[in-house]
Amino acid sequence: MADFTQNRSNYIRILFVAIPLVLVLRLLFLQVFGAGGYKDAAIGQAVYIKKIFPPRGIIFDRNNKVLMNNSVVYDLVAEPNKMGTDFDTAFLCKMIKVSVSDFDKQIKRQILKHGAWQKVFTVYKNLSPVSVARLQENLFDFNGIDLIEHSERNFTEHCGGNFVGYINEISASQLEQEQFASYQKGDYIGITGIERQYEEVLRGQPGVQYLLRDVKQKIQGPYKDGSKDSAAIPGKTLQLYIDAKLQKLAEDMLANKLGSAIAIDPSTGGILAFASGPSFNPDLLTGTDKSKNLGNMLVDATKPLFNRAIKANYPPGSTFKPITALVALNEGVITPSFGMGCGGGYYSCGRRIGCTHSGGGHAANLSLAIANSCNSYFCHIFRLAIDGPKNANTHIGLQRWHHYMNEFGLGHPIGIDIPSEDGGNIPDSNYFNRIYNNSWNSCNMAIMGMGQGEVLMTPLQMANSICIIANRGYYYIPHFVKAIGGDSTDARLAKYRQKQVVANIPDSAYNAVGYGMQAVVDQGTGKIARIPGIEVCAKTGTAQNERLIMGKRVKLQNHSMFVAYAPRINPKIAVAVCIENAGYGATWAGPIASLLIEQYLTDTISAKRLYLKKKMDEAKIIPNYTYILDSLEKQAAKERELMKRMPKDSLKILNKMKEQIQRKMTPLWLNIILENTI
Amino acid sequence: MKNTRYAKQAIFLGASIVIGFIIIFMDSKFFTSIPFLGYLIGMLFLLLALTPLGKGVKGSHSWLNLGILTFQPGELMKFFTALSIAKFLSLQEVNFSTLKHRLICAGFAVIPAFIIIMQNETGLALVYFSFFLAMYREGLPNIVLIVIFSIMTLAIATLLLPKNILFILLTIGALIFLYLVRRKLRRSKEILILVASIWGFGVLFSQVLVPLTFKNVLQAHHIDRIYSLIGQDVPEAYIKLNKSGKKIKTGTSDYNVRQSKIAIASGGIFGKGFLNGTQTQYNWVPEQGTDFIFCTIGEQFGFFGSLLLLGIYSVFLLRIVHIAERQRSQFSRIYAYCIAGILFFHLVINIGMTIGLAPVIGIPLPLISYGGTSLLTFAVMIFVLIRLDADRQMVLR
Repeated sequence: MADFTQNRSNYIRILFVAIPLVLVLRLLFLQVFGAGGYKDAAIGQAVYIKKIFPPRGIIFDRNNKVLMNNSVVYDLVAEPNKMGTDFDTAFLCKMIKVSVSDFDKQIKRQILKHGAWQKVFTVYKNLSPVSVARLQENLFDFNGIDLIEHSERNFTEHCGGNFVGYINEISASQLEQEQFASYQKGDYIGITGIERQYEEVLRGQPGVQYLLRDVKQKIQGPYKDGSKDSAAIPGKTLQLYIDAKLQKLAEDMLANKLGSAIAIDPSTGGILAFASGPSFNPDLLTGTDKSKNLGNMLVDATKPLFNRAIKANYPPGSTFKPITALVALNEGVITPSFGMGCGGGYYSCGRRIGCTHSGGGHAANLSLAIANSCNSYFCHIFRLAIDGPKNANTHIGLQRWHHYMNEFGLGHPIGIDIPSEDGGNIPDSNYFNRIYNNSWNSCNMAIMGMGQGEVLMTPLQMANSICIIANRGYYYIPHFVKAIGGDSTDARLAKYRQKQVVANIPDSAYNAVGYGMQAVVDQGTGKIARIPGIEVCAKTGTAQNERLIMGKRVKLQNHSMFVAYAPRINPKIAVAVCIENAGYGATWAGPIASLLIEQYLTDTISAKRLYLKKKMDEAKIIPNYTYILDSLEKQAAKERELMKRMPKDSLKILNKMKEQIQRKMTPLWLNIILENTI
Repeated sequence: MKNTRYAKQAIFLGASIVIGFIIIFMDSKFFTSIPFLGYLIGMLFLLLALTPLGKGVKGSHSWLNLGILTFQPGELMKFFTALSIAKFLSLQEVNFSTLKHRLICAGFAVIPAFIIIMQNETGLALVYFSFFLAMYREGLPNIVLIVIFSIMTLAIATLLLPKNILFILLTIGALIFLYLVRRKLRRSKEILILVASIWGFGVLFSQVLVPLTFKNVLQAHHIDRIYSLIGQDVPEAYIKLNKSGKKIKTGTSDYNVRQSKIAIASGGIFGKGFLNGTQTQYNWVPEQGTDFIFCTIGEQFGFFGSLLLLGIYSVFLLRIVHIAERQRSQFSRIYAYCIAGILFFHLVINIGMTIGLAPVIGIPLPLISYGGTSLLTFAVMIFVLIRLDADRQMVLR
């Protein structure tokens, strides 16, 4: 048969070249150009990128005692997709001592929480060492189960929870922020306190290990002999000014009290002790039940997590008087020998401003006035200062006074090295213009001279103002950290090494006030703070405490305040103590402050004064209305929340209901409050 | 288990060489005399595999256990089918331009393919369509190819488009065609009948035949593979349920292809080096010894390695065409084209499926994949070609 179709062999030849060329083209895109992302998918599959968490920086106190270190803990991580049908859940649960139903529940909860598209879930955190040991032996039996090691913080001295803070897994919202770009899901981050402020130094740098793993998730060895691996760089250590012993003493004494105690070394601004009451065990901020503990403390009526030392605003009361005196002296409106007669009240402004003393020459000069804490005297010299000859009118006088207060670090946050510091309140002329409709004079604010009225200070500001008096005119911004990684010249600390000079008030003024404050301890209101052999300068304060409760101004128990520094020459410690609702300054705050001074300067508490410590440790000063006010606040917050959600027409009904409830409730809670107040 | 594979494959390699030498020392005439007998024996084995003598492997029943050795009759049958087609077409009395002889010739390929489909080894069955390459060379009219191509287009369109839209498109197409040829239409009504019947076939095919095939003939994993090839999800109507009413899970083929693509792509330009492939070395790619062996090459030797391999295959195929065209005897030529067709089909489909260009039908890469029967069959086919080529001046019948 003749071959008519020989030319078709050429078509076949073309086919045999063309089709392989199509394959080659596809390979070119896959292998060379990386189309479809397949090229990079091998990394992350056969190449397992293991993140190595560096140990977080250790925190020391001033005597190189470890305040906080790390302990290794393990989290149980599950990948449900890889847990086959033959997965022995019962065996696993037996080893970690949980019930099978709980395990299933946990996994379901995690899936609900993070969504099913996430593949790996943390099921149990911080497993007990026994469970870890048992599980590690059998880990290869469980597909899809892994133990992730990370370090947990550990308060070795069991103190300092309120300023060291705590760490937690980074939240989803934080992860979206640019400043946390170097973080990944599951990383730990400082949430409050020093842990947050010094996060970048404490954190260190995570390392990366590239490992090869097979399809059964077994690690087969390093990838490219570990040439791409990077080692984890541990977090830097922090040395604090805190004296662990002093800190513990302060925390012990603040147990079951609302308030705070701060001790600062005036020559450096370093914080020696920093306690906020009610004190809590810092171990609650670490470990398995961390989130549960935090939740409990958040709803606690006494608000232990509210850092009163930097966030609470108090009228400073009589502890403000030395500052009033300094301003008056510098303005030249009084001399240290200026005196006045006080008959138990100040009447120049048309209404009586009471004074606890009367007659006897208790305000015969500045020193005596401070020692006896004469209200009349300080209201008067405050008025003299702002109405003084240097000022054209009261408005300018008040603005100048406002400027003084700014210099003293009042009315704005000072800049301590932990977050969320509050600034207190120093009113200016604008404020008075607003509330007195532009018509006011020094009488409207005379009580500010004795630390009442609109003046509000945080305990930290009180302590800092005492540092200024102790230093005679300058301060360093109070701060915790002395050295980062052993280096005290770190740029992050530059701000705290800078001397802040205040208002150029002459030394003579400080001397006069200092003598007055010494007299407070020697013969005045603060005799309780006397320590044999040490010249203690102090000022008591009993701040009147009024609160607006449901539209009514209610007078509550006075706050007990005490500020002090010692010794008078070359002061080494300045202390401010506030105890809420505790009455006279000398009764509660005074002993606490003086015990702190004694402990710090003599490194012990004399046997004679141990009874004081015992009394302070044991006292519980939390008035019942704290709880009532808290529940009222929560009720109000709940109602606000409810109102927000309600459709508009139901607002009327709700208001009516609210009125009814109030009518029933008002007498009851008001009675309770009044009972406690008196 | 993996280690014994090296030894097994080495034994089969040795056996292939021995058989190759035996073939070379045989008389060419032997191969022109056995085709039909061999075909019958092959068919017998094929049918035996369906009986309890057959051995089920992963749901397919294409294996035959003869006590001393286990093999796939379907692989062996390719050889006998090639010989038989060559023999049939070179018979004096056969005229390939007649429809009858064309149908008989196609039957040689289609009947074993049909039995293999019954054995649940669709991939192997599809290989038998590669014999159309040889038939094309021997004068299968172009219209047949056009028809086959049109049907394929129609099939893909059926899968991609909803039924109703396809129906409208077909109708519009037919009407447009009629409008274009409206003048001729007046002279002869035959065109009208032709267009109507093509339209009727298209509608029947897309509305009835394909849904019927998908619902009743194809299995869940076939449907899955076909749809994953065109990048679509399996439609609701074709989802198969198992006895307890749950969807049959097939997903594996998709995983295989993904892993295979990852392995090949990660090889990059120059590859990771011999035995340094992470994806294949640590078993991320399944079936990497058999169907997905190209991954190993792609990963370890990269783009240039793959290029070299494909080049070698291409040159090899062109060489077979060259050999075919220099034969005096039609038998040898047709046989050579049959071999080229089989090799080509294996090559394209196997490599195509590892890089996501062809459906995953488990057929080996010739001479490279692990598997004794496959290696032996290809060796025998190639050695017979060499033997026949040695007598290319003879006219064998």
